[in-house]
Amino acid sequence: MLIDILTALAVVVAVGLVFGILLALAVRFFYVEEDQTEVKIREALPGINCGACGFSGCAGYAKAMAKGEAKPNLCIPGAEGVAAVLGDILGVEVETPKDMIAFVHCNGTCEACPSMARYSGIATCRAGSMIYGGPKSCKYGCLGCGDCQSVCVANAICIENGVAIVNTERCVGCGLCIKECPKKLISMIPQEAATVVYCANKDKGADARKACKHACIGCKKCELTCPEKAIAVKNNCAVIDYEKCNGCGQCAEACPTECIKKVFFPDIPEGFDPFNK
Amino acid sequence: MEEFKTLIVILMSSVLVNNYVLNRFLGICPFLGVSKKINQAVGMGVSVTLVMLVATLATWPINEFVLERFGLEYLQTIVFILIIASLVQILEIVLKKFSPSLHQGLGVYLPLITTNCAVLGVCINNINDGYTFLQSVVSSLGCGLGFLLAMILFSGIRSRIDETEVPVFFRGVAITLIAASFISLAFMGFAGIVDNLFA
Repeated sequence: MLIDILTALAVVVAVGLVFGILLALAVRFFYVEEDQTEVKIREALPGINCGACGFSGCAGYAKAMAKGEAKPNLCIPGAEGVAAVLGDILGVEVETPKDMIAFVHCNGTCEACPSMARYSGIATCRAGSMIYGGPKSCKYGCLGCGDCQSVCVANAICIENGVAIVNTERCVGCGLCIKECPKKLISMIPQEAATVVYCANKDKGADARKACKHACIGCKKCELTCPEKAIAVKNNCAVIDYEKCNGCGQCAEACPTECIKKVFFPDIPEGFDPFNK
Repeated sequence: MEEFKTLIVILMSSVLVNNYVLNRFLGICPFLGVSKKINQAVGMGVSVTLVMLVATLATWPINEFVLERFGLEYLQTIVFILIIASLVQILEIVLKKFSPSLHQGLGVYLPLITTNCAVLGVCINNINDGYTFLQSVVSSLGCGLGFLLAMILFSGIRSRIDETEVPVFFRGVAITLIAASFISLAFMGFAGIVDNLFA
């Protein structure tokens, strides 16, 4: 009886001991040298892997930073607190990141960009865009079903006249809507940006104009007027480089289709607050 | 030849007929937890297959030469858990050293399956079914592939569910479980297919 218990005990202990030793040996012989700064950085990051920094999760960002390929101010959820800690670890001066907010590059309102079909399927942009790119005549335009609205954590997006609009005051710059938009219409712009391009249509001028009255036709007038060379037409659509833009607004005056504008919001009627519906 | 036929039968039956997830209901937690996206599902499936193979390679000899010799078959569960858990750790360390890219792909899943019931189930069932060493290895390979198949199928179904309008009271876990039971039902159709494989 006693001998049975002892054998059982001995066998289990022996197996445990053998594998424990194996594990210890494995750690010793297969040890991989890890960059200590990288480990420190990874610990300083929030670890929620949101991807707002543009890298694949916190580990990817830490790796890039340890190699000196990324700046320490890209972590949006961590904000200045984390940026300061990261700056200490890396021993560099941290520039305060500009406040970035989301912006929807479309002004294809119901009047400007008519529907070519009536869509009565599932009421999400993602589902709608799967059927011939959606019901709108512009294949690049906002479908206005509010996928971005539903993921917005700050309740900062409303659908106005068939197009999503981001409230500049409320947007916290998390970038969730950017990932959600099936048309890839939303991008981050600096909060103090003065001029914006309200279009993402990459078709040639004539086709773009046919699809939407407010489309960018790629005429390059803005490119020629800009004193800072901050605006360029790429793939038949104007793009503003906010590093250079000084907000003079000459491009907006030159634009023949009103797709570049100085203001953020289209005029919202008095007393109408779409964010408190 | 006869031996080869047996191996084929074991492989087919462990992939399709006795699928670990859909027929024996083992390994349900990774099946429901990591099947949201197809690349994650494949990563998990491959990791489980790898671990099942390695675990069988280690547990079968230990059962044969240590446990049976001392008449300690009743210690199977605890000893096997010990072996599998430490093996997975060793596997992770070795992968990290020799194949960092593979470690990046599978590394996240390996710690999750240290105490996976499907892995333990394969090791114990191989012995209960009286398989030889070679048969055990083939069977664990089949079980792993069956798990991978179930994961891929289910992640496909789940991405389709995400696109459809599910009634409010079914959303989330409810519809996932219902979908899982439907594929499980579908796999019932494979019953008997193996008996007539060489008929």
